[in-house]
Amino acid sequence: MSKAKFRVWRGDAGEGELVDYTVEVNEGEVVLDVLHRLQATQTPDLAVRWNCKAGKCGSCSMEINGRPRLACMTRMSTLDQSEPIAVTPLRTFPVIRDLVCDVSYNYVKARQIPSFTPDPSVKPGEFRMQQEDVQRSQEFRRCIECYLCQNVCHVIRDHEENKEAFSGPRFLMRVAELEMHPADTADRRLAAQEDYGLGYCNITKCCTEVCPEHIKITDNALIPMKERVATRKYDPLVWLGSKIGRRPADTPKVPNT
Amino acid sequence: MTQTPLEPPRLERAEIGARTLRTDNWRRQPMINGAILLVFVVYATWAILVNENYFVEPYISPFYSPCLVTTCAEGAGWQFVPWVAWLTPSILIIGVPMGFRMTCYYYRKAYYRSIWQSPTACGVKEPHKKYTGETRFPLIIQNVHRYFFWVATLFNIILTWDAIIAFRDHEGNWGHMGLGTLVLLINAVLLWAYSLSCHACRHTFGGRLKHFSKAPVRYWMWTQITRLNAKHMEIAWVSLVWVGLTDLYIRLVASGTITDIRFF
Ligand code: SF4
Ligand code: SF4
Ligand code: FES
Ligand code: FES
Repeated sequence: MSKAKFRVWRGDAGEGELVDYTVEVNEGEVVLDVLHRLQATQTPDLAVRWNCKAGKCGSCSMEINGRPRLACMTRMSTLDQSEPIAVTPLRTFPVIRDLVCDVSYNYVKARQIPSFTPDPSVKPGEFRMQQEDVQRSQEFRRCIECYLCQNVCHVIRDHEENKEAFSGPRFLMRVAELEMHPADTADRRLAAQEDYGLGYCNITKCCTEVCPEHIKITDNALIPMKERVATRKYDPLVWLGSKIGRRPADTPKVPNT
Repeated sequence: MTQTPLEPPRLERAEIGARTLRTDNWRRQPMINGAILLVFVVYATWAILVNENYFVEPYISPFYSPCLVTTCAEGAGWQFVPWVAWLTPSILIIGVPMGFRMTCYYYRKAYYRSIWQSPTACGVKEPHKKYTGETRFPLIIQNVHRYFFWVATLFNIILTWDAIIAFRDHEGNWGHMGLGTLVLLINAVLLWAYSLSCHACRHTFGGRLKHFSKAPVRYWMWTQITRLNAKHMEIAWVSLVWVGLTDLYIRLVASGTITDIRFF
């Protein structure tokens, strides 16, 4: 057993400050354990969101020493305990209280994406596909919706005004997932650029760095999506070809969201 | 009795003044990357502009190959483009490898972070007031990367040829090999590795498909390229440094500062 110094952001609706605590730490504990001990012993009104304590529900996202992490997966032994450990709410989203944020931005963005669109003439159970057809999407399906990637992305983290135009790595990855699905017939490439703001991403890979599921968001979803958009929108040869041949229609984003 | 409807409180982000609360050394990586890029750019600019010591039978510097202009050193390249003596022949062709690397997805990350500071490191506030990313001119031009990929592939063929003809001695007889030959050979291999691990290449040869099981050959190619692609960053750095060293080696031999070691 040892003691650690914590600096936890406390406050309501944006106004608040870092408050110092000294708290007991036992071997093998994670940051979330220590926050729970704080609740139990010193400050019962500390708000913190959590559920599974196993890195699978994506609820306990916060920033620990300035790095977006899951509190339940951040071992105390990996942190330098000679200095105070700063625990703050996600910076990109509005705070409800203490460490709990309002992440509804993400739900709005999720609803704008046209969902899986199979060919209506293919009856249920008729479509056949192989493992290699779905392996790319399966990587993206590991997502636990923790929104750490959305939080760290500088496009909206440092520029609140871009939230309107930019859906963030999580949802651009969702677009990529559907675009790579063999049974999907919608074309979301134009929408990816014009409605979800793929062009804002400058592929600096912070989303990939923080993803607790180690999804290669930038390399496997965002860059392949940028290449698809380049084909759809910026490739003069493809454009010439499309003037001659027929091109299927672009699927617009879902209205009224 | 009238009721005043309860307004939900307007939520704001947490007020945290500091640019970042990170305690690790987040400045280190962008500084190292920025420094290497800077050294390379300064050296390459000088090497391109000096217009001398880029050719010594049978070696030609990658900064000057293919040498297409009439003023190229005797014996170097295919001299057919009319040119003026004071202008370096490199200017005509250097745009290709330069453009390829400038629009490369990996180098973009490297210079956006280390030079443009957007962002310097993850979770560190960037110094810019406004940000539009690659949505408009000039950065929208990054979308031409695939064209650079194709032209650079052509250049790779030429630079591979440069390495092959380095197996001739200075009189043109085959069956020679010097340290310079080895240097050029490694250079060609690294350039191929760089091109083949490119994201545009990965997309073109398979990534763009939806239905892999219907295209087994392209799926196989995509799988191999994907494996290389995972190392694209490392290959990008090694090949960059090696191109510089190749030029340096040939320059030293051409100027007579050192003599080429002959294996056979
Ligand atoms: S790679 Fe793109 S989406 Fe991911 S954090 Fe960087 S800018 Fe945002
Ligand atoms: S992609 Fe990764 S970081 Fe983003 S929400 Fe999903 S699990 Fe979290
Ligand atoms: S509590 Fe579920 S991910 Fe941390
Ligand atoms: S060369 Fe780096 S991504 Fe194409």
